[in-house]
Order: sequence, then C-alpha cells, then structure tokens
Amino acid sequence: MTILVLILLLPFLSFVVSGIWGRSHLKNLSGSIGTTSIFAAFIISCQTAYQYFFIDGMIAGKYVAQFPVNFHWLQFTPDLSINIGMMIDPISVMMLLVVTFISLMVHIYSLGYMKGEERYATYYSFLSLFTFSMLGLVVATNIFQTYIFWELVGVSSFLLIGFYYNKPSAVAASKKAFIVTRFADLGFLAGILILSYYSGSLDFKEIISRYTDLSSPHLQSAITASFMGASALTWGLVLVFVGGAGKSAMFPLHVWLPDAMEGPTPVSALIHAATMVVAGVFLVARLFPIFAISCPAALHLVAVVGIFSSAFAALIACTQTDIKRVLAYSTMSQIGFMMFALGVSKYGSESGLGYMASMFHLFTHAIFKALLFLCAGSVIHFVHSNEMKDMGGLNKLMPITHLAFLLGCLAIAGIPPFAGFFSKEEILTAAFEHDKLIYYVAIITAGLTSFYMFRLFFSIFYSKKSFSEKINHHSEGTFTMLLPQIILAIGSILAGFIPFGNYISSDGWVLENHIDWNFSILPISLSSIGILIAGFFFYKKSDRPENISLQLGALYSLVKNKLYIDEVYEFVTKKLIFRFIARPAAWIDRNLIDGSINTIGKATQVFSLTTSLWQSGKVQAYSIWFLVGTLGVLLMSLHFLQII
Amino acid sequence: MNNVPLIHILFVSTALFFIGVYGFFTRRNLITMLMSVELILNSVNINFVAFNKYLHPENHDGLFFSFFIIAIAAAEAAVAIAIIINLYRSHRSIDVEDANELKL
Amino acid sequence: MNLNLLIIFPLLTCLILLFVKDNKTIKSIALGGAVLQLIFSILLFVQYRIQIAHSSSKMIFESNTTWFSTLNINYHIGVDGISVAMILLTAFVVLAGVLVSWKVEKMTKEFFFLLTLLSAGAYGFFISLDLFSMFFFLEVAVIPKYLLIGIWGSGKKEYSANKLALMLMGGSALVLVGILGLYYYSSSKVYGFDLMSLSTQMIPLDKQLIYFPFLFVGFGVFTAIFPFHTWVPDGHSSAPTAASMFLAGISMKLGGYGCLRVATFIMPEAAHYYSPYIVILSTIAILYGAFATMMQKDLKYMNAYSSVSHCGFVLLGIGMLTPASINGAVLQMISHGLMTALFFAAIGMIYERAHTRNVNELGGLLKVMPFIGTIFILAGLCSLGLPGLSGFVAEMTVFIGSWARPEKLYRIATILSCASIVVTAVYILRATGSTLMGPIKNNSFSSLSDAKWNENFASVLLLAGILILGMAPFVVNDLIAPATNNIMLNILRISNGI
Repeated sequence: MTILVLILLLPFLSFVVSGIWGRSHLKNLSGSIGTTSIFAAFIISCQTAYQYFFIDGMIAGKYVAQFPVNFHWLQFTPDLSINIGMMIDPISVMMLLVVTFISLMVHIYSLGYMKGEERYATYYSFLSLFTFSMLGLVVATNIFQTYIFWELVGVSSFLLIGFYYNKPSAVAASKKAFIVTRFADLGFLAGILILSYYSGSLDFKEIISRYTDLSSPHLQSAITASFMGASALTWGLVLVFVGGAGKSAMFPLHVWLPDAMEGPTPVSALIHAATMVVAGVFLVARLFPIFAISCPAALHLVAVVGIFSSAFAALIACTQTDIKRVLAYSTMSQIGFMMFALGVSKYGSESGLGYMASMFHLFTHAIFKALLFLCAGSVIHFVHSNEMKDMGGLNKLMPITHLAFLLGCLAIAGIPPFAGFFSKEEILTAAFEHDKLIYYVAIITAGLTSFYMFRLFFSIFYSKKSFSEKINHHSEGTFTMLLPQIILAIGSILAGFIPFGNYISSDGWVLENHIDWNFSILPISLSSIGILIAGFFFYKKSDRPENISLQLGALYSLVKNKLYIDEVYEFVTKKLIFRFIARPAAWIDRNLIDGSINTIGKATQVFSLTTSLWQSGKVQAYSIWFLVGTLGVLLMSLHFLQII
Repeated sequence: MNNVPLIHILFVSTALFFIGVYGFFTRRNLITMLMSVELILNSVNINFVAFNKYLHPENHDGLFFSFFIIAIAAAEAAVAIAIIINLYRSHRSIDVEDANELKL
Repeated sequence: MNLNLLIIFPLLTCLILLFVKDNKTIKSIALGGAVLQLIFSILLFVQYRIQIAHSSSKMIFESNTTWFSTLNINYHIGVDGISVAMILLTAFVVLAGVLVSWKVEKMTKEFFFLLTLLSAGAYGFFISLDLFSMFFFLEVAVIPKYLLIGIWGSGKKEYSANKLALMLMGGSALVLVGILGLYYYSSSKVYGFDLMSLSTQMIPLDKQLIYFPFLFVGFGVFTAIFPFHTWVPDGHSSAPTAASMFLAGISMKLGGYGCLRVATFIMPEAAHYYSPYIVILSTIAILYGAFATMMQKDLKYMNAYSSVSHCGFVLLGIGMLTPASINGAVLQMISHGLMTALFFAAIGMIYERAHTRNVNELGGLLKVMPFIGTIFILAGLCSLGLPGLSGFVAEMTVFIGSWARPEKLYRIATILSCASIVVTAVYILRATGSTLMGPIKNNSFSSLSDAKWNENFASVLLLAGILILGMAPFVVNDLIAPATNNIMLNILRISNGI
C-alpha cells in the first residue's frame, strides 16, 4: 500500500465522519474536516503528478501506466473478477489533479456559501462522498470499478441535486437526473457485459491489449460475432458510449443537466460543470485505443453525437434566462467539443492530436467553468434569484466577481491568451484535419458560445443603470467565497500555457504543441463578433432582444422550449410507460393472476358450501340416507355377485 | 312348538323392524325415537333366535348374539337417555328438529 | 460444533417463554434467545472457515441419526458454505425482528413464541440433509406465519393469512410429491431420503423430468415464482412488521435454497432441460414485478412487489446454471434478505408513527425523522443496486453469470433483467421522493419522533450486514464459492458425460 491510497481514503473518511457524527457532534466542524481532507488529497495528487510526469512515469520516452494498488474485490470466475485498484497514467493523473483541485475550491467556497444551512454537515459529507467516488472513477484499473464509482458519483449527484429536499422542483430534478443517467448506465452495463465476454477480462489493461492486437483471437471473435448488422465489438463500444453520453449529457440524454441546476450552486460547479459530467469523455478516452484502432465506426458516432450536442446546446443557451441554465447548456456544448475532438482523433503521434486536445479542453474547461459557476453562485447569493431579469448593473457592487466572471467568459469564448483559446484551437485544428463539416459547425458554435456567454455577462453586470438599493446592505461575499474565484481566475489565465502535449497524448509519446496563428484568425474573429453582437444587444437595456425574438417567432419559441425534448420524454415515460406497461401489469396481477388464484379458492368454497347443504343436522334425514345407502350397497353387491 | 313355520316368525320380526323404522323416521320426540330403535333391535333379536332354533339347533350362537344385543341396547339406552336429558337441559326440548346444530 | 444447538436454542427459548408471565421478561428472554442464536451463528461461521481449510468433504459438522428406521428416514444434518450464509442471515433477521417488535402488547407471549418457533424451523431447514426432515422443518416455518398474520396483522388479515398459508401449503404439497417420487425411485437402492446420496445417483432422465417440476415449482412458490407470487403482496402487507421481515427475509429464501439444493442439485439433467422455462418465468417475474411496483401506493405492497422482482434474480441465477450465476443467486438471497428486512423495518417504523403507509398521504418525513429516513433511503439504494451496498454485488454476479450463456434466449433474458435496474430506480425514487422529501403534508407529522434504541439497533444490525456484503463481498464470496462449486460439479457432470 502506498500513500496514494490516502487520496481516496481521506475523502471517504471525511464522508463517514461527517455523515455519522455531523448532525449531532460535529455540526460546525464538518466543513473544516472536509476541506482539510481534500486539501491533503490535493497535495498528494500534486506530488503524484510531479512524481509521475517528471521522475518515474516515462520509460524510454513513453508514458506507461503504473498500478500501485490492485486487489481482487469480487471473483466471478477464475478469469473474471472485479479488481479495485489505482491506475496511474497520464490521463488519470491529470484527472486526479483536476478533481482534487476543483473540489478543494468548491469546499472552500462552500464554507461561506453554505454557512448557516441547517444540513451543513450533511452537505459536506455528500461533497466528500462525491469527491471520493469521482477519484475512484478516474483511477479505476478495471472497467467494473469504473462502473461502481460511476454509479456512486451518480448517487452523490442525486443526493446533492435534491439537497433542498423540501423543494418539490429539486426533488423532481434529482429523480430525473438519476433516472436518465441510470437508463444510460444500463447501456454501459450491457456494454461491459459484451466487452468482457469476448475479451475474457474486465481489466482495462487486458481489454485494451486484447482488442487492439489485430491477431488476437478475442478481437477476431468480437468482430465476427454480429448482431443486427453490427459486430459485437461495435455494439459493446457504442453501448459503453451510451453510458458516457448519459453522464456527460450528450444529446438525447442531456435532459437532466439543466434541471440539475436545482442543487446548490457550488455543487453545480463541481459536479455538473467541472468533474462528473466529463466522466463520459474520460471513459471514451480510457478506451480510446480500442475505438481508434479496432472500431472507427463507433468513434465516428462519438464525433457526430459530440458535434451535434455542442451546436444544439449552444443554440438553446442563447435563449435561456436562468443564468445557471445558460451555464448548464454551455457545459453541455463544451463537453460536445471534447467528445467530437476524441471522435475526430486517431491513435498515435500527430494524428492523435484530437485526443490531446480533448483532454486539454477538459482540463481548461474544468477551471474556467468552475470559475463561472462560482461567480454565478456569488451573484445568486447576492440577488437571491436565478433570473437574468432580476439582475443587471452589478459591476459596481461586485467588482471582484465581475472581473473574475469576465475572465471566465473570455476563456470560454476562446480569446487569446486565456485558457480556453489554446485548447479550443487544438480541437479546431484536429477537426479541420479530419472532417471539414465538423470543423465549420464547430467554429460557428464557438462564435455562438461567445455570444451567449457575453449576453450572460452583460445582463448580469451591466444592462440596468444600477441595482435597486434595498439589497445593498451586504457585501460581495466572504473571503472564503472570493478566494476560490481569484485562484480560479488566475488559473484561467495561465492554464493555457501548459505544454499539454508533453504530458498527455493518445499513445504516451510526447506530442508537440503548436499554435498556427494564421489558422486562428477565423475562430478568434468569429468569437469577437459574437462578443460585439452580445454587447450590441445587452450592454444597455433596450428592446432590441425583444424585437429579434419576435421576428424569429416560432423558431425562437421552439429553441426557447428546448425543442420540446423534455415534453417528448415526459410523454414517453408518464403516458406510455406508466399507462401502457405499469398500470396493465398491476391490473393484470390483481385481477387476472391473483383473480384466478382467488377463483380457485372461491370455487373450493362454493363446492364445499353446496355439499354442506346436505348436512341438514336432522338425525332422521341422516338415517334415511343411511338406509337408502345401505340398501343401495346391498343391491349393488347382489348385482355384482350375480345373485340378481 | 314346531308347528309355527319359520316364515311366520320372520314376518313378525320384519313387521316389527319396519314399525321401528317408521317410528324412527316419523316421530320427532327423541324418547319415542329411542323406543323405535329398541323395536328394531328386538326384531333382530327375534331373527337371531328363530334362525338359531330352526336352522342350527345344535349351536347357541344366535342366543349369544341376542344376549349381546340386549346388553348393548341397555347400555345404549342409558347413554341415549343421558344425552337426551342433557339436551333437554340446554334446549328445554327433546324435539329432534330443535337439535340441528351439527350442521355447518 | 453441534448443529443441533441451532434448533435447540430457539426451542428452549420457546419453552421458557411458556412459563413466564411478565411482558417485559418475555421480551428480554426472546431477545436473549435471538442474541444467543446470532452469537452461535457467528461462531459457526468462524468454525466453518477453520474447518473447511483442511477438509475435503462437501459437508461439515455432519451427523446422522436414524429417525424412523422402517421408512429409512434419518435425521441427517450438516452444513456447507451456502447453509452457513443462510443461517447467518436468519440470525440477523430474527434478532432485528425481535427488536422491532418491542412494542407488541397484544398477546406478547404468543407473539414471541411463534416468532422464535419460526426461526427454529428455518434453522432446521437449512441444516437438514435428509429430504424428509427438510420437509418437516419447512412446514414448521410455514404454519406459525398463519397465526402471526391472522392475529397480529393489519388490513384484511384473515384473507391474507388464509391465502398465504394455503398457497405455501400448496407449494409444500408439490414438494412432498416430488420428494416421495424420489424416495420411491430410490427405495430399491436404500438411499431413502438422503440428499447427498441421491445427488450422486444418475436418476434416469424420464424420471427427473417428472419430479423436477414438482420440486422446483413447489419450492418456487416460496420464492414467488411467476405466476404463483400473489401471496407475496397480500401476505407481506397484512403481516406485522417482524413477520414481514421474516417472511421476505427468510421464508422466501427457503424456496430459493430448496430450488438450488434439492431440485437442481439432485436432478441437474432436468434442470438443464427446464432451464429455458425457468429463465423465461423468472425474467417475467423480474420485469413484471418491477412494473407492478411502480403503480403501488401502499409502501408495503410496493416492497412486496419489488421482492417478487428481486427474487426473480434468484431464480434467474439458478436457471442459468453457470458458476457465477449460481453464486449470484445465493448472494442475491442473502442480499435481498437483509435489504428487504431493513426496508420492512423502516416501513414499519413509519407506519407505527404516521399510521398510514399510503405514499400520497406521506411527505417530508426526512425532516422529522432523519434516522428512519436515512435507513429508508439506504434500503432503497440497496434495492436499486447501488455499489457499496449488497444489492449491487449480487445483481452484477447474476448478470455476469447469465451473460456467459451465449444462446440468444438467455442473452435477451439477461438484457431484459438488466433493464429492470432502471425500473427499480424509478419506483424507489418515487417512493423516497414522495414519502421523505417535499413539504410535510400533514401537520400532525411534525410532532413525530425519530427511532428508539431498539429500532436503532435493529437497523444498524441489518445495515451492517448490507455494508459488509456490499463493501467486502469477498468475505461472503469465499464462503459460498466452494459450496456452489460442489453444486456446479454436479451440474457439469452432463457435459462431462459421466
């Protein structure tokens, strides 16, 4: 056992301690316990990253995976077992850093944000549970371990979305999130079953090596076995991707993400922006060699779903008025970028640029999106509303938040030299080399991104002259709320300068980063145009947005209502499944099956009642029957003895 | 004695038997019914004695059976009357129609 | 280790209870007896692990006494890993059941007497290696339930008690026919009712095809095999809390254990022949039970239907006949036993306080009773297969095992059963959402109290079992794996052509 185990163990202990004793004894301490433990985990992660990237991770110029911990947790058959362990390789180290860092920021932020909350300790225990699960997910050595922690992050997300449990909308949102992702997880589980059946193992290392070696019998059997026109391998990978798409809110499984904003805002920052929702991207990246080498068709699907979700979400984000929902759709859109970046990538060297770009974007996005959410949290804390119309002119009242939010918006819009520019540039380069159509959709989406982000920015901080006086009495937020914003803002400026390709690439070899400024002109100018349009409409309060939306008419309302996808789902679940499956099932059970068993009982009863009527209770009647019976027996025996 | 043919005696016992059966079925009074049962038993006794006398005079089986039946009839009468008395105590009636609680 | 003590302890407790008048003493004695059983079961587990390490025999702590020599009936007992696991489960559930019944005031002595008698029946069933004594104990574990439901139940208790007793009796009648069939087949060969000797016999296939359905369906009625599951909702919902816990936690496991240990073990060839039918029926039970649960309004009905669905996994695992699936079936029996007992305990606690089990009337209870609410949520999460709790381990093992059968029918059945985890999530979330969350619906709820010491203790006990199985499944897996291997050896004899 190494010190690495502590990265997982500390958040878990914090969860147990504040979960059990938080309500009674440690009510106010649990925040500090959670923050301290995650801080320690963060330090160890940094140390691990340093150790791995700079000291012992590289063997002969290539990064190789290490397995410091691995043990059999549940043995199914001699070959097949769930192992729990830690796999240290470039992407898992990167994720360790991201998760512990963002989680630490959110823990610190929540010290101020959740202060005075009745279930303060419960909040921190859930947060620790989430961190633990997410860390377990990223270091998984075994696809089933991924699934285990995958479910655990799902349930912690459920618990945190429904944290304000006496608010019916929060309860509904948490249910929706859980059920939609569970539905996707069904795909994941089926995918695991298929992949493990043909590879004969559940370990990532084995699965990847068996499915990428073109001469291996495992791969041959998985390719030859076909079901409904696709090979078993394709099915397995596509189903695993369905699981990833559910977690990462890809179309059409994205419906839960906007609703998930019912949770406390720091939770949205951590779970529904920076870490959990990128689990799907991480999963595809984890299995990337198989996708890229053995099953390009599945990878193409990833690209298509990614780019579609990205554009779709960006379009919807332009019409939303709840600031957290705008951010949620923008998260979906950015994850779409990561997905299609993976989808357009190939395995190895320069053609594996998309893989690196995707991971890079995951990294930078985590930082600036967490920043945006925390800023939004401060704004909501300040005005006690999520709606844009209740805001405006906050730039004077919240100077630090204003600046931090601006930096975040610039980063997501892809304006140099902020973090988002570099990663998005790599993605666009990868897309340009692979597929022109995806590239054009992507740059338009990037332009839309800057438009809706600055729409948000101007609506919150400018627009109205000044904010009404009545809520002027309190300040921008406590120090604990401002500190994470400042750190993350600095991160959003600097993160882009990391030479990411040195550390992460599709095959472990170092990949050179390069920015081609000629190539960048188009995206940057599109983003700038987006900002200018947003400024034109929203910098000062005017009726321009109103007019445009009226002109667009039906199209506008279609987009504003999210293309009615929620309604379709509602129809399918409430109307079809409840009415045509569940209700008949219950009815059949009560009336047909139970009815037939009751009928057997009734029939027996009726039969015995009828026969009991013969029992008149009259002695003389009995004796007549007796006499008749005796005579009958007598006659019969005489007959059979052939006497008469 | 031997002038009376067996068939006559059988007539008597059969008549006695059916008188008993008739009484048993038609009377509602338990005491009367008990008396009818006695008649039936006695008709059987007559048969036993008559057959013994006419068919196997050398044996005494029929006589023994008769004694047996007389003894059982006595015991039976004792038990039956005890039941009837108890019935009367609880129901204030010895009408057989009133004692139909055995059913269901 | 004398296994007889397992039966003697509860019977002795019953005997002492007869001579005690004071209610408080009665409860203490029942509690003491249950604790003693638990301690003994844990000792048995430890001893078993020590013994099995250097023993090659299939059964440990065996003893064989003649009971009726003329009929060749023996009192043959012994345990393997599966039985030890089941005995532990019984001990956990019985202790928890005694604890949650602390408030029973009506005919207290009789209540605890019957409850303890039930546990004696269950222990006897799990240790018997002779079909006749097995049947005997099976009946002992049925009849007291009739009284428990009929006297201490709620709702339409007479109807439910009748229905439960009659359907279970019907099941045991089928079992009896099957047992007698085997007995008369073997009588010429002097095996009598002995399970282990019968299992080594190659009973001709045509005979097996006749007796197997009797035994499997007969035991299946106990495990709620479709379509003989309708006693489950009525019986569970009318029973008092402890009886519900016993019924779902242990009684339904008697059936699963019987299907595995008697039907499949003795007649593996027939099991292979009937495997598709078993799989189809259990898949129907899984999905159909889950969908029927979605429409229930009464919490107890809900949990009862979900038990139908979950016990479907037990039968599915047995029907699939692969090592992992059978392991999974046993794990599911244990997991479901603990989980459903916990669920019924939580429902009972809520009912005792709020006096309603209708989800539409309840709401916001988490605020007034955080402990019970948490227990309820945890039981629910276990039911929907959350990793870290026992349900996940069991279901995944069944799925992995089932997937190893490559034929199309089995594949489809596996995928459909997997789909039930989504439906389970729907109804569990619906129930927790409308019972515990949201605003408090009824003002009288706001003055309700949280769990008392006995309820705390019962819940923690069951929860501990769930967590051990969920977080360290290797403990239980190592216990049952050798035993399931023995059963698998028998099943594999066909493909080996022995």
